[in-house]
Amino acid sequence: MNFFKTIYHSAVLENPTFVLLLGMCPTLGTTSSAINGMSMGLATTGVLICSNAAISGIKNLVPDKVRIPVYIVVIATFVTLLQMLLQAYAPALNDSLGIFIPLIVVNCILLGRAEAFASRHNVASSVADGIGSGLGFTVALTLLGACRELLGSGSIASLSIYPESWGALLFILAPGAFIMLGFLIAIYRYLQAKSTKKRQA
Amino acid sequence: MLEYLAIIITAIFVNNIVFAQFLGICPFLGVSSRLTNATGMGIAVTVVMVISTLVTSLLQNYVLVPLQMEYMQTILFILVIAALVQMLEIIMKKVSPALYVALGVFLPLITTNCAVLGVAIMVTQKGMSLTQSVVYAFATAIGFLMALVIFAGIREQLELADVPRPMRGVPIALITAGILAMAFMGFAGIG
Repeated sequence: MNFFKTIYHSAVLENPTFVLLLGMCPTLGTTSSAINGMSMGLATTGVLICSNAAISGIKNLVPDKVRIPVYIVVIATFVTLLQMLLQAYAPALNDSLGIFIPLIVVNCILLGRAEAFASRHNVASSVADGIGSGLGFTVALTLLGACRELLGSGSIASLSIYPESWGALLFILAPGAFIMLGFLIAIYRYLQAKSTKKRQA
Repeated sequence: MLEYLAIIITAIFVNNIVFAQFLGICPFLGVSSRLTNATGMGIAVTVVMVISTLVTSLLQNYVLVPLQMEYMQTILFILVIAALVQMLEIIMKKVSPALYVALGVFLPLITTNCAVLGVAIMVTQKGMSLTQSVVYAFATAIGFLMALVIFAGIREQLELADVPRPMRGVPIALITAGILAMAFMGFAGIG
């Protein structure tokens, strides 16, 4: 499979948020605005690319029985690095994402891609898979964040679209996250079903 | 005593781990289609969460802080949780095979349950004492169990509903969870 095909496949056909339904906690927890969602997506993408590359590189050295703990340690190492970098260079971002930064360790996307992809492919396609999955995740989070921000406070990425007092606060709060994600997944499924039908016809 | 009561009520109702803090969503969506499974998962999480919070806060207070190695927190905590879950599985298999049959299948899933790691990290961030941490972990787990059981009960009924095709399964479950979260917001004034 070539590089770009892998990216497309991981980002669209196996979109981690809309199709595989992985990594739901940061998806719901950090998307109160488009910027927050995007930063969380990019942070996860960075760790995912690094961990995919590293795991694919060491896959022949790791005994099969202890592979999961080894993968977790690799991922945790990169997350700790990210945490230190954010604390040093982007403390404001680190505060707004809060506990969800260390929790990237237990994001099922990372372990899922390590187990399902990186442990079976070479480094280059694992990096492509990391980029693709990460991109799919980032786009999903940004979209969810933008929708919630627009409905909740009438702006996208802090650019005002309509007066804030018209917004429904509900969408910024916890229930809005669940409801909005439910509708987005339904729309994604509808569009996908429509496009497969078109291809068959 | 009053202080612990406040921690318990806040953790179960006001700051419910699922509906207000968005942790543990994966098992919340994955294991909530049957009431029996939901109860099993909830109890397994309770056991793991209390023990792992106890162990990790001991490690934090007596190993990481004296050595000034707080930056190793994430790596150490996840390893402790993974090892603990594995150990619990082995002990359960030997001591009570019946319990193992009921709860064993959920145990491997708990390692990647972000609620467990989340609570372990949160109690250190909030600077809670050891007893406070354990009480908080227990109450949070009860909140999780309650959310899971309520949601599973609703989902069993939801299967009978006639829902538009693209909304079937997860989307309608998420919207239901949103409405449940709205109900939980009613507790916000108590804290």
